[in-house]
Amino acid sequence: MEKPFAITLDPGTSLSNHTGSWRTERPVYVHRLPPCNNGCPAGEDIQGWLFHAESGDYEKAWHKLTENNPFPAIVGRVCYHPCESACNRGQIDEAVSIHAVERFLGDEAIKKNWAFPLPVQKSGKRVLIVGAGPSGLTAAYHLACLGHDVEIHEAGPMAGGMLRFGIPQYRLPRDILDAEVKRILDMGVTLHLNRKVENALTAMQEGGFDAVFLAIGAHIAKRAYIPAGAAAHVLNAVNVLHDLETGEKPLLGRRVVVYGGGNSAIDVARTAKRLGADEAVIVYRRTRDAMPAHPSEVHEAEAEGVLIRWLTTITQAEEGELTIEKMCMDDDGSLQPTGEFETLQADSLVLALGQDVDLGLLEHVPGIEIEGGVVKVGENMMTGCEGVFAGGDMVPSERTVTVGIGHGKLAARNIHAWLNGETWVHPPRPAIATLDRINRWYYSEAPKVVQPELDAVRRMNGFEEVVQGLNADNALFEARRCLSCGNCFECDNCYGVCPDNAVKKLGPGKGFEFDYDFCKGCGICVAECPCGAIDMVPEDI
Amino acid sequence: MSHQEVKFYQTGTFTVGNRLLDPEQRSVQSTEERTNALNSGHRACQGCGEALGARYAMDAAMAATNGQIVIANATGCLEVFSTPYPETAWQVPWVHSLFGNAAAVGAGLAAAMRVKGKSDVRVIAQGGDGSTADIGFGPLSGMFERNDDVLFICYDNQGYMNTGVQRSSATLPAARTSTTAAVGKRPGHQLGMGKFVPEIAMAHHIPYVATATVADLRDIEAKVTTAMSLRGARYIHILVPCPLGWGSASHDTVRLARMAKESGLFPVFEARDGEVTDSLKIRHQVPVEEFLKPQKRFAHLFGKQRDEEAIGFLQARAERNIRKYHLLEA
Ligand SMILES: Cc1cc2nc3c(=O)[nH]c(=O)nc-3n(C[C@H](O)[C@H](O)[C@H](O)COP(=O)(O)OP(=O)(O)OC[C@H]3O[C@@H](n4cnc5c(N)ncnc54)[C@H](O)[C@@H]3O)c2cc1C
Ligand SMILES: Cc1ncc(C[n+]2csc(CCOP(=O)(O)OP(=O)(O)O)c2C)c(N)n1
Ligand code: SF4
Ligand code: SF4
Ligand code: SF4
Ligand SMILES: [Mg+2]
Repeated sequence: MEKPFAITLDPGTSLSNHTGSWRTERPVYVHRLPPCNNGCPAGEDIQGWLFHAESGDYEKAWHKLTENNPFPAIVGRVCYHPCESACNRGQIDEAVSIHAVERFLGDEAIKKNWAFPLPVQKSGKRVLIVGAGPSGLTAAYHLACLGHDVEIHEAGPMAGGMLRFGIPQYRLPRDILDAEVKRILDMGVTLHLNRKVENALTAMQEGGFDAVFLAIGAHIAKRAYIPAGAAAHVLNAVNVLHDLETGEKPLLGRRVVVYGGGNSAIDVARTAKRLGADEAVIVYRRTRDAMPAHPSEVHEAEAEGVLIRWLTTITQAEEGELTIEKMCMDDDGSLQPTGEFETLQADSLVLALGQDVDLGLLEHVPGIEIEGGVVKVGENMMTGCEGVFAGGDMVPSERTVTVGIGHGKLAARNIHAWLNGETWVHPPRPAIATLDRINRWYYSEAPKVVQPELDAVRRMNGFEEVVQGLNADNALFEARRCLSCGNCFECDNCYGVCPDNAVKKLGPGKGFEFDYDFCKGCGICVAECPCGAIDMVPEDI
Repeated sequence: MSHQEVKFYQTGTFTVGNRLLDPEQRSVQSTEERTNALNSGHRACQGCGEALGARYAMDAAMAATNGQIVIANATGCLEVFSTPYPETAWQVPWVHSLFGNAAAVGAGLAAAMRVKGKSDVRVIAQGGDGSTADIGFGPLSGMFERNDDVLFICYDNQGYMNTGVQRSSATLPAARTSTTAAVGKRPGHQLGMGKFVPEIAMAHHIPYVATATVADLRDIEAKVTTAMSLRGARYIHILVPCPLGWGSASHDTVRLARMAKESGLFPVFEARDGEVTDSLKIRHQVPVEEFLKPQKRFAHLFGKQRDEEAIGFLQARAERNIRKYHLLEA
């Protein structure tokens, strides 16, 4: 080639200079486990479904969510959302209101009639589920997704378990419950109501089932010994709430005293107010801090005028009147009676002291181990008897709806594996996406959206839902508050900030790739990734 | 504000892109179509702020002019690391002549384009702070004074980095360089020396003067785009941390530029015809220490005995900038 004067070489490109050889460390894209996901008892991929909600694709978000939990409209209302306690944003301003978006998605799905995909292939196996509470229904859903024939035997007249006969309507409207249950039954799951299982093993064998999942909950009210006169009106919380649901209005009177400190105590007291009681008083032995009931519910109850007597026990119940004693707490936290007594006017006393499991159906089943009134299960949710699995309130657990849902999912996976002669192993858990990996600079300031609440007067007029939902606009805003901890959300920062142009953009939804021929390993992309989705790892040199 | 800030799209316009933004609202850097005017394979140090700043600015200029630019580059890192004969990392027409004459070469190119009737081909001259504030200052002032149709971009890394970190008139007071050792009664560079070229540029009453840092891509892109929409002499001064000269970790380049702006030590503003028209507000104010501490060139300020005089001097400068450029008001 003819070259200009004094020129001896053609111009070359710097691409022949592979600066990647300078590197001692290399950046790699990772997926960390967001703390919210880690905190969800149902094992939801919260960050994963929020990602779709952020773009306004609610249907995709809902499908992603329901891969793990078929009840978003329900848990969006009743779950105590441990995910939010774990949320990284909570340490920046306020946690993402995960439950509010979840509820919004659940309600959208009901409104728009979104359905679950049906399994492609039938397995030919049959599984019996005992109990149509959240745990049993969840197992049914997952087993049906996996292609198994599922039959549920439920003792009660309606499905839902404690969702229906425990949690009152003002927290969980029944049309919502019905819609989410029906969607599971629409997958071809058979539900037999009023069919109490007396012996788990015979029910399984006689019905020709290959496995059984027990989820019978805990329904026998615990008692405390309180000397009571013959005319004292003493009831228990489970029965009161149950009667209410079946249409029998429980007779509580004008002054109602509830004994206990859990969520049932709160629910009964709030229910009593709605049934017309002038006064609803909760008597609890310990302090506010020690109360097992969720603080948000205690707060809502107090806003409705429910009174709470802390550090108090009931020593005697008579007609229209109770004797109560003040307690005090030692330095080591143990309770001591003070000998100070008082009388409290009460037309009725409702005991809300927790529930025991009715274990009758396991009496003749070999291998079952019972400890502390609950059934022992292995990591695979199987009891001591081959093929008999159990979960929810009847096994050792925190006894919440979402824990029950998590058990149902875990049991379904293990049953599926067991039916195939295999063992299910949990996929390896990535390291947690901790807050120190978040580059806060990049996130806009955005306080959370507050869910409107029904005003106190309207609350007292009936069982209308207290906490209202989000609308499409503020649900979108709330979803977009998510930091996407530990998982790329395609902000293009790494692609932009590399001084060496060593990040390749693969297109929407496909993420990025490092060009190790040129990456010098400076680490800017790692430092400037907002969500901590890039790790720096040493090269082996 | 130089660019429209999107209030709430999770990360708004703070990040380079954001899949939730409308395509029109996305930055040039976020697109797969960006020119990559300064391509891979260049020999800049790991984490070089100058290489990053140059690609940000040139890609924006390419997008703003439909690819019709020609660049005159002064001697310095940017030239040396990009173009070791016969290789070049530039994917744009580019010419290098001397350390001190980039503005003059630019002015000549602009004259040539005028003579050839190529009004669509735009000229950019660029160089480091040494070539801008020191040796090339005469030609630069001449280019401003004649209002030549050239955009001059200074990549300010506060020293003569290419020749081994000598101090320039843009070096921060108290900084250690190879010519301002951290010894003696007043270790590091003297307090009270140096100049701030953007203000001198404004004194020429040229159509457009702006400052920026590599910590705010959106801002650089908006300013380059604005500059390319105007004719006449224009000047953009971009702060570009240099891991080698500053003694900082290579991954801290963007963070340090951000701290310089957030402390007020480096004011980010825009001026038209000699008057300040806008400034980028501080979002989370930090003391100058946060900027100084991670850099070895300031390590002597935080030895056994803190150098309160120097830290105080720099903090006072930051506060003066905050007042002067209204960096804290909404
Ligand atoms: C008043 C109250 C309020 C609560 N509020 C909340 C709340 O806000 N949030 C929360 O997370 N948790 C709450 N809980 C706890 C939560 O309801 C339970 O943890 C959850 O319902 C347990 O689910 P499960 O499926 O294990 O059992 P359950 O929901 O109890 O369902 C068991 C089902 O099995 C049926 N069954 C029982 N024996 C047999 C048998 N032999 N044969 C056939 N069927 C049988 C029962 O009829 C029932 O339908 C509350 C509980 C109560 C009592
Ligand atoms: C007339 C002349 N004097 C000195 C030099 C040596 N020289 C080359 S680059 C440079 C310093 C460049 O500093 P700056 O402009 O700030 O650019 P940087 O390398 O810091 O990016 C010097 C002194 C030269 N090339 N020509
Ligand atoms: S910010 Fe998002 S991903 Fe991170 S913990 Fe909260 S909800 Fe999960
Ligand atoms: S910014 Fe570029 S050169 Fe630096 S580590 Fe990341 S990919 Fe490599
Ligand atoms: S010395 Fe500084 S400016 Fe020069 S290539 Fe290295 S990091 Fe960049
Ligand atoms: Mg320099």
